Amino acid sequence: MATEDIYAGSTETTDGKVFTVSGRDWDDIVEGLSGVDGVEERVVVNMGPQHPSTHGVLRLILEIDGETVTEARCGIGYLHTGIEKNIEYRSWVQGTTFVTRMDYLSPFYNEATYCLGVERLLDIEDDIPEKASVMRVLLMELNRLSSHLVCIATGGMEIGALTVMTIGFRERELVLDIFELITGLRMNHAFIRPGGVAQDLPVGALDEIRAFIALMKKRLPEYAALCNANPIFRGRLEGVGVLDLAGCLALGMTGPVVRSTGYAWDLRKSEPYCGYEDYDFDVQTWDTSDSYGRFRVRLNEMWESLRIIEQAAERLAGLEGAPVMVADKKIAWPSQLSIGSDGMGNSLDHIRHIMGESMEGLIHHFKLVTEGFRVPAGQAYVPIESPRGELGAHVVSDGGTRPFRVHFRDPSFTNLQATSVMSEGGQVADVIVAIASIDPVMGGVDR
Amino acid sequence: MSDEDKTTGPEQSGPEGHVTGVPATNDPEVKTVGTRTGMFGTHGTGDTSGFGGLVAPIVYPGSAERPFGGWYDEVADALEPAFTAAWSVVVHRKEITFHVRREDLLAVMWLLRDDPKLRFELCTGVSGVHYPDDDGAELHAVYHLLSMTHNRRVRVEVSVPDADPHLPSTIAVYPTNDWHERETYDMFGLIFDGHPALTRILMPDDWPGHPQRKDYPLGGIPVEYKGGTIPPPDERRSYN
Repeated sequence: MATEDIYAGSTETTDGKVFTVSGRDWDDIVEGLSGVDGVEERVVVNMGPQHPSTHGVLRLILEIDGETVTEARCGIGYLHTGIEKNIEYRSWVQGTTFVTRMDYLSPFYNEATYCLGVERLLDIEDDIPEKASVMRVLLMELNRLSSHLVCIATGGMEIGALTVMTIGFRERELVLDIFELITGLRMNHAFIRPGGVAQDLPVGALDEIRAFIALMKKRLPEYAALCNANPIFRGRLEGVGVLDLAGCLALGMTGPVVRSTGYAWDLRKSEPYCGYEDYDFDVQTWDTSDSYGRFRVRLNEMWESLRIIEQAAERLAGLEGAPVMVADKKIAWPSQLSIGSDGMGNSLDHIRHIMGESMEGLIHHFKLVTEGFRVPAGQAYVPIESPRGELGAHVVSDGGTRPFRVHFRDPSFTNLQATSVMSEGGQVADVIVAIASIDPVMGGVDR
Repeated sequence: MSDEDKTTGPEQSGPEGHVTGVPATNDPEVKTVGTRTGMFGTHGTGDTSGFGGLVAPIVYPGSAERPFGGWYDEVADALEPAFTAAWSVVVHRKEITFHVRREDLLAVMWLLRDDPKLRFELCTGVSGVHYPDDDGAELHAVYHLLSMTHNRRVRVEVSVPDADPHLPSTIAVYPTNDWHERETYDMFGLIFDGHPALTRILMPDDWPGHPQRKDYPLGGIPVEYKGGTIPPPDERRSYN
């Protein structure tokens, strides 16, 4: 071989005896091997990374004894995209475009925690306009709805409750329609920016949101009617994936998992950000510490999210025309978007201004868009309560125009460590339920 | 009038060790890590603007002195017994960072978790940072801790030299750091002594190098146009 590929070297398994068996009855194989030294009956099953029940590209390495799981390990990294490295070569504003793609089911949370960190370093936390904060809360709570809907939907699908999946995705689609109306995109919005949000609420958005709230109030009870007392559903979920509070804290679990142990820990209450202290809502808990409890916590949290969305929509109605970006022109993104006949694009008014009217406007636009702003050196960590738990971005700046280092503490990554504890000693089928109750999103796990 | 009095203006003042040419701050000390040169990424004769000759130090917030204010002093007092040698505290943007020597890390972590006055029940992981210009302390491991009892957050930072990237594993104290330490090892090459299975977690097992380090080579992109290539991002002309 002329050149050796350092990434694709081959390895030979040399230690221990290797038997290749296929397509025979297990008992026959065991019998055939009974006389061989050092052979023990031990089945290791690789589940995933391409498996419909593993929530994306999660690989499970299960050691099983009959139907009982004796050891469970996770293999992750199949969706690693190097986002944290990529951000280091982009401007601070461009960073939002990357982070939104991490946990693709909760894009607004990724953007929000990143932007809150950058804003803390810029020391403009108190200058964020009220309307921007309210819009952030509105979008985040809508996002919590859509994320919990996917969790319940896919969790239902994985245990065979297909109706739960179809109605879950039906409602999620409505939320995504609202996202599309407000941000122009169903996913990967990059809408929350350092200093505020990308643009104002479009005309008619509040009416859509009010209609959506009214519809959800009719539809949310359907989940309760389908699942809450359903004996099959309860039979599959109750007592599965149990993890008590001490175990949760040792393993760093947050979010619905820790709330299912009865501990009302919610960063929206304990360390309010984006003005959450002004909203009236309750922290939902359950006391069973199992998968069923987590399902009920999520279901109840959707009602609380609806309450917050209602209040946010109310406040937004009184904030028409208010600024959505910080007043400091050295930070605020200069250009605006607008909706044209062919969809969302650059605002023609802005283009006319910089190309035809104001040389200074053009220079200002050019400087901010190409160079960006400088963020004072230091580090910040502003965690928020994402649908899966504590999501935080450790943002480090060296005073330059690009992030020096951004590390995401993603709750999916941390919570997935509980797979072993939750599933060892249980049935193979319960592994699926336990993992679904953690609700890991591999985009966030691998980043 | 002494010589010192003649030099007026805020830029001139500052305690010993203070970098000249930096606006004076109220901090008793700032930490300089490297310098920034140029502005538009052009050097030599191509640069007619003169901005390429700019030199500016990269300055991080300096260590704070007592009183730190609020509950910071309570935490610092309670942590005092765990330190065997020098330690420092940085308070910046209302966040407190304890810079701890690696020899003291485990004692600090045990105390943070178990002392009734501290009660930092939750560790939200390890984040590595590579400062290639911070001589003798190139690799930093940053721990964020949360006390649910007192609703407080602190940051613990340990720095180790690139030549000897060892620090103790904290998973005996906070089992949640298992995967976080593996990730930091994977991305930065920090070796957490005592970790039961310090293997790569996100990158493939046979991957060479540690991608998040600043000196990790980045690939350029070959394009099919007269043999042209797009250089790696760190070699492109850029603002800095």
